[in-house]
Amino acid sequence: MEGTINIELIRLISAYIFVLILLAIVKYKKIGNQGQIILASLRMTIQLVIVGFVLTYIFQNPNPYIILGILVLMEGFAIFNIFGRVQRKISKNLKMVIAFSMITGTVISILYFILIVVNLEPWFKPQYFIPLSGMLIGNSMTGISLGVEGLVNGIKDNKELIENALMLGADPAEASKEISNRAFYNAILPTLNSMLGMGIVFLPGMMTGQMLAGATPITAIKYQIAIMMGILGSVTLTVYLLVTFGAKSFFNERAQIKIENDK
Amino acid sequence: MFKLNNVKYKNILKVNNLELEENKITCIVGKSGGGKTTFLKLLNNMISPSSGIIKFKGKNIVDYDPVGLRREIPMLPQNPVVFSGTIKDNFDLALKYAELKTKSKKAYKEILGKVGLEEQKLDKIAEDLSGGEKQRISLARILLLEPNILLLDEPSSALDEKTEKLIIDTVVNYIKRKNGTLIMVTHSTKIAKEYGDEIVTINHGKIDKSN
Repeated sequence: MEGTINIELIRLISAYIFVLILLAIVKYKKIGNQGQIILASLRMTIQLVIVGFVLTYIFQNPNPYIILGILVLMEGFAIFNIFGRVQRKISKNLKMVIAFSMITGTVISILYFILIVVNLEPWFKPQYFIPLSGMLIGNSMTGISLGVEGLVNGIKDNKELIENALMLGADPAEASKEISNRAFYNAILPTLNSMLGMGIVFLPGMMTGQMLAGATPITAIKYQIAIMMGILGSVTLTVYLLVTFGAKSFFNERAQIKIENDK
Repeated sequence: MFKLNNVKYKNILKVNNLELEENKITCIVGKSGGGKTTFLKLLNNMISPSSGIIKFKGKNIVDYDPVGLRREIPMLPQNPVVFSGTIKDNFDLALKYAELKTKSKKAYKEILGKVGLEEQKLDKIAEDLSGGEKQRISLARILLLEPNILLLDEPSSALDEKTEKLIIDTVVNYIKRKNGTLIMVTHSTKIAKEYGDEIVTINHGKIDKSN
């Protein structure tokens, strides 16, 4: 196996020519905001440099408490990111359901993946734990965002339909079942679609990264298959918890529908 | 059957004392926006009063299981919607919601006939029907549940006069045959006088009852 080619600093700097090309096009064509391009490039650089130093320290000093701390940070960031992404107003109860689903679903999936599938020893080995957890949490975050959007829009836009069902004697779960099912399916669809195109339409990031790092394609695909299964499991579990408990948050204890006004 | 005591719902409706009797047809009339729909929704626990007590068969309705109560007192709203799928799917779903067994196609055809849709096929997509037909499907759906008590909110608002009469006659005949109770909101005092054993007037959230 061949190690990674280390990019020399001067060559890395030469990669910024692509930013300069973009800036030139934007200036010449008078499209877009040049400041935004510079800000994005700067932020990306600074954020990655910081992460590089932090990860170097963590990799050299593996510690289960630090790893757990990072897990908490990732979960917290993901949860607040979901709150920010949803366009319509969501209730406090639904926010709690989002946090619960995200934490429960991803932690179970991460534990299963790290302990059973990868059989990592020690379990907190940072170079495995952090990227693998990150991928499961990141994909679950996208799945839950879509699920919340589907659920909130579905229930708010179909209030009359749900009320009709309730008036016929349906319990809240039955009355909102079709909407929950649709929200669930739409939330896992991108994961399924990405599985369909994988290896043909594109080479996934982790697999590419491993091959660049010198792993054989067979080792790389084993990890890729495993992580895709992990992502599918994590997205399924988190979104399932979300739609199951999330739908209930739109009803009170008297089985009456309660909807927050958007304004 | 229903007894309301000092019931208030936000600033929309206020009922000091009112009793609605069993095995009768009560018509609720009054200007639009006066609280008629709110009144019906309070009776089957779609909403809860801000204060006061509503008793059903002598028991406070908060002591009933809300879903069970609605199965006993189903309500047809003013703008009923059909569920996705065919007419048959709509019937199956209504029975499923009420935890009742699916009925035969013959029973479904019979109920279609009762609401004047005998020519419609059960596998017709319900969402493709006209507004009036959808309303009749919703009525058929609720009659399939064979309730003894029925709440109807302006059952004829989207219908022409002929269909309106057919719908109301169907419901009234059904209730009389069952010796059941019908509480029906209507915009028309003429309908109320023709069909109602009792008439309750709700205007600006206040109630007046007459026989």
